[in-house]
Amino acid sequence: MADVTEKEMIEFRDEVSAWFKENAPRDPGFLLPETFMEVGTDQQFEFLRSWQQKVYEAGYLGMAWPDQYGGGGKPQVFQDIASQEMARQRVPFMPNTIGLNWAGPLILKMGREEDKQKYIKNILSAEDIWCQGFSEPDTGSDLGNSQCRAVRDADDYVINGSKIWTSLGTYAKYMILLARTSTEGPNKYAGLSYFLVPMHADGIDPKPIKKLTGEYGFCQTFFDHARIPADCLMGKEGEGWNIAMVTLTFERGATGGQAGGIASMELNVNDVVELARRAKRNGRPAIEDPHVRDQLVQFIMESRGNQLMGVRSQIPELATDWPTAIPMSGKLRGSELKRRMCQFALSLQGANASRFVSNEAIDGGRWQRSYFNAFSGTIGGGTSEVQHNILGERVLGLPKS
Amino acid sequence: MRIDFTEEQAMLLETAADFCRNHSPMDKVRSSLDAQQIDASTWQEMVELGWLGINVPAEYGGLDLGLHSVVPIVESMGRHLMGSPYTSTVITIETLVRSASAAQKTQWLPRLVAGSIATMALTEEDGNWRLDEVSATGEQQGEVLILSGQKCFVTDADCAALIVASIKVAGTPRLVLITADQIPEGALSRETVIDQTRRSFSLSLEGIEIPLDQLLPASDFTTIELASVLMLCAEISGGLTGVLHTIIEYLNMRKAFDRFIGSYQALKHPTVDILLGLEAAKSHLYHAATMLASDHQRDAEIALRIAKSQGSETFAFAGDRAIQFHGGFGFTFECDAQLYLRRALWCQYQFGDDAHHRQLLAPLLLDEY
Repeated sequence: MADVTEKEMIEFRDEVSAWFKENAPRDPGFLLPETFMEVGTDQQFEFLRSWQQKVYEAGYLGMAWPDQYGGGGKPQVFQDIASQEMARQRVPFMPNTIGLNWAGPLILKMGREEDKQKYIKNILSAEDIWCQGFSEPDTGSDLGNSQCRAVRDADDYVINGSKIWTSLGTYAKYMILLARTSTEGPNKYAGLSYFLVPMHADGIDPKPIKKLTGEYGFCQTFFDHARIPADCLMGKEGEGWNIAMVTLTFERGATGGQAGGIASMELNVNDVVELARRAKRNGRPAIEDPHVRDQLVQFIMESRGNQLMGVRSQIPELATDWPTAIPMSGKLRGSELKRRMCQFALSLQGANASRFVSNEAIDGGRWQRSYFNAFSGTIGGGTSEVQHNILGERVLGLPKS
Repeated sequence: MRIDFTEEQAMLLETAADFCRNHSPMDKVRSSLDAQQIDASTWQEMVELGWLGINVPAEYGGLDLGLHSVVPIVESMGRHLMGSPYTSTVITIETLVRSASAAQKTQWLPRLVAGSIATMALTEEDGNWRLDEVSATGEQQGEVLILSGQKCFVTDADCAALIVASIKVAGTPRLVLITADQIPEGALSRETVIDQTRRSFSLSLEGIEIPLDQLLPASDFTTIELASVLMLCAEISGGLTGVLHTIIEYLNMRKAFDRFIGSYQALKHPTVDILLGLEAAKSHLYHAATMLASDHQRDAEIALRIAKSQGSETFAFAGDRAIQFHGGFGFTFECDAQLYLRRALWCQYQFGDDAHHRQLLAPLLLDEY
């Protein structure tokens, strides 16, 4: 791969910056979701899908993926610049998150040639939306204990069981599925297999779950004698756990290779400060209230602390006593801060804090909705309480609870 | 958001960690509480290691590494609750570097590098944290200044060759050098303070006469405040590490209702919160040191006030919980938890508590952009 000069990078940044300024969609007139997990209406979905398609067609998505499958075939640095520019201009996010960041890089890394031909381009263009079938209603965070069954029958597999928290389930054309092909074997992991499942097969039924916000965004996906072609199996039977672990390294960003773009449009502490300038408490801008100021300063401090921890964790001499504390606490710190920040944002709005998503609400009610949605972070992926146990036991060496 | 950790800092950290572990074991900390004298042989070793020259420019015999390089040393001292005139002297050095005349620097900096002790006399009886709001005065009579007023929390004053005091001269807050021989008998008296590893004195300035040339030409109170805050933050980061180890050891040893108490979530979860507070405090500390080194005054001020506010609140919480988690034993003087709580409270209430710094941060973070 040819080296990219500083000049090329600067020119490219200018080009991307100008393109997004020109093409970023205007306010659609309805409240957009903040992550792919919160897409609840057809209106939101279609808006985001056509935005992703536009970005892909402009050449700013999958720039480093191989061009024979629909990628840009360029050095990664160009995609990084484009992604940074999307984040900086806070344009809407790319809704096909699971395809772009998890399934896509997985297929490029481990898939067969015909899989790459078949799937990659449509992942980038948002023609094919992907979803994920890992979690189950009865197994919680214990992924290795998945019970959804896939039984080989001639040239098919027949699937029975259910998966939960399927984001974009009703819009998805394909699912990455972890299912049990065997109950034999030395341990629970040995019987797991990995499938690329067409969601339109008979017997697959994604049922939307109504969230505490009153919106939809997740599904429970039911499999009732769903029959899929045997070549949907990825790798061999029994390799599912390993492939799932590779998927998770993409999901957590531990490995590069994702298509790029941004996956969310989340609120940060500057948005809360900005709200405090506009919102009024008892007739005065909230930011003039000494109590509000003190709280804002505390949120800024905490937010900077989280950023600086990320920086310090790269310096081994400054992380000697409990070296895993910072990387292992990231989810706990980030999700709890976000929840408390959104909760606090309501207190800036006077009596209008009592409104919910509607035209009369401040910012259309996004703060109320964000507060409720913030619990997905403090509950999903192991609750904050479980995280405290994990940190206490694995980082500090305290006895098990 | 940067943190630079230099090779010099890494080397100093390695040396200081060993040094403080060996020179400040817990039995020595305890036997030195309310000590009448400093540990002269340990002090001499610190001088020989070159630690008193770290923030002294090369032309005055120092290493010219900058105040930020002192952080790993003070952090290690904090880790082992070490009592020492080190930070008093280092802050005074920084004050001289920033505000003294060339002649004053030539006279004093080489002596301090060689091991003379120095300290600051800033705070007064009203406990005001704003260093430029001074009541003590210096009245000019011919070629001398006649001082009056009372200073508090003058640490290690009895062994200091030099005290730099803040006074008002013709209505303006200034800094003045007072040498040991200029202090009358009885002007210093030992204070009873909450952190018994500290040797703190009040200083009566009444009737002290000093030549006019002992006035410092500049009076950079911001530097003094930020240097003092940086030292406390380093002690806090080290102290937090120490108290967390103390808590963990007890939680893994003590049983209640047939189970190790560390298995109870009511104790485990707040202990994790202390860990996260420590990780933040240490990150703020080294970022603040980096900003100080890069001479971005405004960024350094913001970073230091954040470090002090967040760190001192966390340390006070950790000390408080350390007592509670030790149960009945925690209520005794014999339990080490109280040493940390006392240290934490000293650090919290010297040079501004958490709320004070947040109040000063508000305009810096919210109003100017």
